[in-house]
Amino acid sequence: MVILRENQALLSKIATSDQHGENSPYFDGWKAYDQDPFHLTENPNGVIQMGLAENQLSLDLIEKWVAKHPKSSICTKDGISQFKEIANFQDYHGLYEFRKAIAKFMGKVRGNRVAFDPDRIVMGGGATGASESLMFCLADPGDGFLVPTPYYPAFGRDLRWRTRVQLLPIICNSSNDFKITKEALESAYENAIASNIKVKGLIITNPSNPLGTTMDKETLKTLMRFINEKNIHIVCDEIYAATIFNTPEFVSISEVLQEMEHDPMSLINPGLVHIIYSLSKDMGLPGFRVGILYSYNDNVVSSARKMSSFGLISSQTQYFLASILSDEEFVEGFLSESSKRLAKRHKTFTQGLEKEGITCLASNAGLFVWMDLHRLLKKPTFDEEMDLWRLIISDVKLNVSPGSSFQCVEPGWFRVCFANMDDQTAEIALKRIHAFVVKKGRRNERAPMNNKRSKSFQKNLRLSFSSRLYDETNMMSPRVMSPHSPFPRSPLVQAKT
Amino acid sequence: MSMWRPCAEVERCVGKGAAGEGRSCGETSCSRAGSGVVCGREESGVVGLILSITQIKLDGLSLFVLMAIEIVQPSVGLSKMAVSETHGEDSPYFAGWKAYDENPYHETCNPTGVIQMGLAENQVSFDLLEEYLEANLEATNWGQKVSGFRENALFQDYHGLLSFRKAMASFMEEVRGGKAKFDPERVVLTAGATAANELLTFILADPGDALLVPTPYYPGFDRDLRWRTGVQIVPIHCERSNNFQITPEALEAAYDHARSMNIKVRGVLITNPSNPLGATIQRKVLEEILDFVTRKNIHLVTDEIYSGSAFYADEFVSIAEVLESRNYKDSERCHIVYSLSKDLGLPGFRVGTIYSYNDQVVTTARRMSSFTLISSQTQFLLASMLSDKEFTQKYIKINRERLRKRYEMIINGLKKVGIECLKGNAGLFCWMNLSPYLKEPTIKGELEMWKTIMHEVRLNISPGSSCHCSEPGWFRVCFANMSEETLEVALSRIHEFIKTRKQ
Repeated sequence: MVILRENQALLSKIATSDQHGENSPYFDGWKAYDQDPFHLTENPNGVIQMGLAENQLSLDLIEKWVAKHPKSSICTKDGISQFKEIANFQDYHGLYEFRKAIAKFMGKVRGNRVAFDPDRIVMGGGATGASESLMFCLADPGDGFLVPTPYYPAFGRDLRWRTRVQLLPIICNSSNDFKITKEALESAYENAIASNIKVKGLIITNPSNPLGTTMDKETLKTLMRFINEKNIHIVCDEIYAATIFNTPEFVSISEVLQEMEHDPMSLINPGLVHIIYSLSKDMGLPGFRVGILYSYNDNVVSSARKMSSFGLISSQTQYFLASILSDEEFVEGFLSESSKRLAKRHKTFTQGLEKEGITCLASNAGLFVWMDLHRLLKKPTFDEEMDLWRLIISDVKLNVSPGSSFQCVEPGWFRVCFANMDDQTAEIALKRIHAFVVKKGRRNERAPMNNKRSKSFQKNLRLSFSSRLYDETNMMSPRVMSPHSPFPRSPLVQAKT
Repeated sequence: MSMWRPCAEVERCVGKGAAGEGRSCGETSCSRAGSGVVCGREESGVVGLILSITQIKLDGLSLFVLMAIEIVQPSVGLSKMAVSETHGEDSPYFAGWKAYDENPYHETCNPTGVIQMGLAENQVSFDLLEEYLEANLEATNWGQKVSGFRENALFQDYHGLLSFRKAMASFMEEVRGGKAKFDPERVVLTAGATAANELLTFILADPGDALLVPTPYYPGFDRDLRWRTGVQIVPIHCERSNNFQITPEALEAAYDHARSMNIKVRGVLITNPSNPLGATIQRKVLEEILDFVTRKNIHLVTDEIYSGSAFYADEFVSIAEVLESRNYKDSERCHIVYSLSKDLGLPGFRVGTIYSYNDQVVTTARRMSSFTLISSQTQFLLASMLSDKEFTQKYIKINRERLRKRYEMIINGLKKVGIECLKGNAGLFCWMNLSPYLKEPTIKGELEMWKTIMHEVRLNISPGSSCHCSEPGWFRVCFANMSEETLEVALSRIHEFIKTRKQ
């Protein structure tokens, strides 16, 4: 009955696990960038960061608005009268004006086809904090959540690390543009049941990261019917909702719910539907940590609201956003212009790649393209993908994200971000790709590679997909983490004081 | 709730590879289940609540919790955590809020309303902040050209703005009168001390493990340290006989009690200056606590959120000073929590920090802070303010004086009608003793008194039982979240009340 107490000063299991994901080999990409970051004038031969899904194309619009609206800040002459009240406001319901503004904004982004209730809006520390809280509300340790591959790498940390929830992949293939099929969905569900894992829900990202595609209404309806049949939750991360730049139009789960809710044949339970949102991508404000959890389930709203104490949005930021987002004229103008600029950048990129014979998955949203380089692989293996990736970093000097970090089952895909740079940098990136393709065209001349690879990682990639995912002891799965460089000296992370 | 811990069958459970992961061990009977210890079983909702009762040991409140058992059924589709009561919002601490919310005092619009004295907020020095901001608008608001906006809005690195981290480290040094040094590289930023305490708990303890916390303690700890972490609080009982100071005997007793329940103790968490006592912990006691945790090879978390609210700078001794005097020997088990919510009166800005002497904790905490970063907009605003030494020194000094003045005002006002308070020297509240006025010297008596004060005297104060105080009759009364005039009104109401009670 004696409990072993050796080294009690050691940290918890959560603390010592690898599920934060930062020990993945993919930090080589960050390292390369941090040590040699591209700068148009000061370091034109540096590594261009294309692994960061940021929206920098329309910040000037916000800056202009800020300059014209000093009252929106509590630190200006016009706004300082509000300072005391705002600085004192820590109610976890959040500023009513803020919630109202967010609800309206979310409605606008969906073409006002649905309306959002400010009282269902719950704050979170970025979408990162909001999605983790939602997992805490919906699932117990050991429970599972289905997630279609490829998916945002940081889900591994956000949804699993402290919650101890498991991720159950729904395999998607390029043969049908990585769409979710009913078969794949059922198969993933059955596999989980067979492994004695309690499935609590399904999480989708729509528009998709890394695919940049939106889900069609029929697929969404299929998913809704599925989750209702199994009585499990559906979590929709709609963080890229306003990055749509082309048809087909975005269909939010909220619209589908609205349609199906009143259909007596469907028997949809709204209490199973939850949305994660944020302003980090649509508005390009990741530093402000604006995470939103929107649930149609009263108990989840109540519980999540209490949990939001652990990640409230700064009242100063709430106040500012309430102001800017209530300016309907600005919002409409911003959404329209932002969409145009994304469309333009996307076109420049995809056309530039096409010239080199590089195709990307056809996409209509997001801040990135899903680039197909499988023809450049000597063999269709993940080892080859890694080799190619390292080559791209060292020779082409672009930090892109290899598909395996997104749990993609087919080697050769890469996510390439295009909205976090100016036009000149984008051009330079394309030029470099051109030069690389030309060189690669001479197949016998392959650039020497740095072959340092950890053995365990190699072993990892050769595992069959199902065993890789269900192997709890294998924490070394590749992940590309959110933009937290562990190396604080990069200009990316240095603030000008 | 997801609260569970290994039972005596732990070896067997471990053998089946299930225990410790919240999954059923498949054992149909567990020899320990009856004594409130749950094995790795799923239906721990009811048993979890029984654990609550043994922890807080309150007669009156246990009734409350027992009633709650009827309600706690895992509702369809939500986690046990979501349906548990461990968020703690059903305690009287929060019920008083309701009374206030429904009938809030206002000196002109609602002079008979409930005066909020249950909220530890610091509103006495706001003018100093406003004065600073007005004189330094450019520095705090992205500059006139607004060109700093873009860089600031994009900045989401979990290391935090270097300028802000440096400013926090510098401010923490100022608060301690330069008696301790803080390295900006060890400052980890979180959205409030609430998040900092939870985060540290995730890092230092596994579900089912315990932190030892001296009573009486901040009611929010029940949620912050336990709810999502699954960690338990085992109280270190402190008695009025020695002014509720922590003794080595009490430490040992708490530790032994935990061990007797087969609970692994991972650390001690103290608040210095103390909430709700409003008193600093003496250096000698800090040394004893440090020796204790070293002996037991566990962690020490010190929440120094009220460090800038000590009335006399030289009466506050930070654990950082003690560690420095020991040349940082054994310091890797020590972690400090701080926030600007109390000292600067900026709770809305969500500015918390973890300062750890343990490299692994710093690294892990930093990664975990991804879930709870401070808005870059706010970091920017405060970076310049907190690095302005002239301002911070002036602010700290004046803030201390004003709080002291408030404290003296309330203490003297209460003394006039024969009400004694614990001798305090810090914080935003006083620890008032109403035990002579209780109908019966029990928690029931205390809660009755509390309800009377809420409904008849119309003051929302916090009953000691919500702070897990071992003796009934104590109340925490906040004095810094109102004007002097309102405080006078509150005191006169108390005078009236005591007069009628004495008749």
